[in-house]
Amino acid sequence: MINRHLVQRLGFTLLGVISLIVVLPILFVIGNIVVRGIGAINWEFLTAMPRGGMKAGGIFPAIVGTLLLVLGTAVVAIPVGVGGAIYLAEYARDTFWTRILRLAIINLAGVPSVVYGLFGLGLFVLFLQFGTSVLAGSLTLAIMTLPVIISTAEEALRAVPGEFRLVSASLGGTRWQGIRSIVLPQALPGIITGIILGLLRAAGETAPILFTAAAFYLPRIPRSLLEPTMALPYHLYVISTQVPGMPPRIQYGTALVLLTIVLSMNAVAAIIRSYFRRRREW
Amino acid sequence: MEPKIRLENVSYYYGNQPALRDVTLDIPPNAITVIFGPAGGGKTTLLRLINRLNDEVEGTRMTGRVLLDGQDIYAPGVDVPRLRRRVGMVFALPLPLPGTVRENILYGPKLAGVRDRARLEEILERSLRLAALWDEVKDRLDDPASRLSGGQQQRLCIARSLALEPEVLLLDEPTSGLDPISTGKVEEALQELKHRYTIVIFPHSVQQAARVADYAAFFLMGEMVECQPGRDLFTTPRDRRTEDYITGRFG
Repeated sequence: MINRHLVQRLGFTLLGVISLIVVLPILFVIGNIVVRGIGAINWEFLTAMPRGGMKAGGIFPAIVGTLLLVLGTAVVAIPVGVGGAIYLAEYARDTFWTRILRLAIINLAGVPSVVYGLFGLGLFVLFLQFGTSVLAGSLTLAIMTLPVIISTAEEALRAVPGEFRLVSASLGGTRWQGIRSIVLPQALPGIITGIILGLLRAAGETAPILFTAAAFYLPRIPRSLLEPTMALPYHLYVISTQVPGMPPRIQYGTALVLLTIVLSMNAVAAIIRSYFRRRREW
Repeated sequence: MEPKIRLENVSYYYGNQPALRDVTLDIPPNAITVIFGPAGGGKTTLLRLINRLNDEVEGTRMTGRVLLDGQDIYAPGVDVPRLRRRVGMVFALPLPLPGTVRENILYGPKLAGVRDRARLEEILERSLRLAALWDEVKDRLDDPASRLSGGQQQRLCIARSLALEPEVLLLDEPTSGLDPISTGKVEEALQELKHRYTIVIFPHSVQQAARVADYAAFFLMGEMVECQPGRDLFTTPRDRRTEDYITGRFG
């Protein structure tokens, strides 16, 4: 007979090894970028314009450009996404059309990001004549972000017990009053998590801004929403593939800055989640 | 005496499934009317028709009329939130809203537009006293409502309905989750409340029905079998099925 304890220990060890295999590449990527990029990070790198064919100076316009694009994405995607989720979770009846709508949202989440880029080029840049600009890029990123925000927010709203809506109605609340004063506050942590995850993706993607917003080399801050901008992911792509003789220090430094922005947004999401979870009482 | 609530030939269907069949029932004011019978008798449906809480359920159909003070509450143009303020409801399980005791009680009045601080404080104390909860929670008004015991939570829910100064109070098995002592407290509170309100209650047992009923209606499979003053119904039921049920031969 096989020793049961031995089998159990074997199982645990196996699972531990598998977990390690999952975590190792991530740790390696982060570690590699930190080690090789940290030397590039200094005040000038973060706050100065690029100089000498981007081989010297800083990446300030790319950092600002990425923050601008994320901000623009947030302004468009949050109200539309949360509004859409409230409609789907609280108001929409189960009809043929709402099913089509849901299907569309699910499929939208699976569309490759370069397709969003081409769509943005066609609609915003060319047809609406926004040109290659912060505006066109933000709108493109917002469309890419919407399905993530809508589906996580809808999920969060549905997780709020139905009884609360019933109680609110029985106390003379309209449906909207119940949603605003009870359902929405309860769903907020989930909604915020979805928003941050969506914006994270917007911050890191290159393809959607490739044709819609990004400038190869533009050593200044955009003066209006209708100007193109540098952005971290695209800048990273450019200095890694398009500029011969680029010092790797700068490449890794740029990657480190992008990674830091993305990971700190992730951390904020985690903190918000755990803060609300501890406060929740029902 | 004019009935507070009158149901006239009310039938109600979920899809094609009838939940209530041709129910005609008068509910007198300032008394406790008990509606009882085995599960599936259409009781919850009946209660939710009186404050139109069934409006939200899809695929349902109603015929007949429900009158409150002689007015058809399903007539076009009826202000449903206002109707629900006049007809308060307490659910089978204590369902405190997220938030403190105070926030729970004042939720309805604030939605109704009461802003004055002093007035709100007055409502808070009055409703909690009416529900016989004030002495137990007066020092914990800003604690989360979920930290109260089950019995306290249920009286909180009663107080929350009373905060709107309703005319009718509907209670759906309000003591089903409670121990005997808490149940006693809720029943005591109801005896006080009936002087001011019209109360309709589904008891969670025949014994409770007999204890609290001024009037009692026996429901079976969506039909009202009979309705009489409580002491008559529980001593000399007219219908054989009622007698079988209250003597414990089925149900």
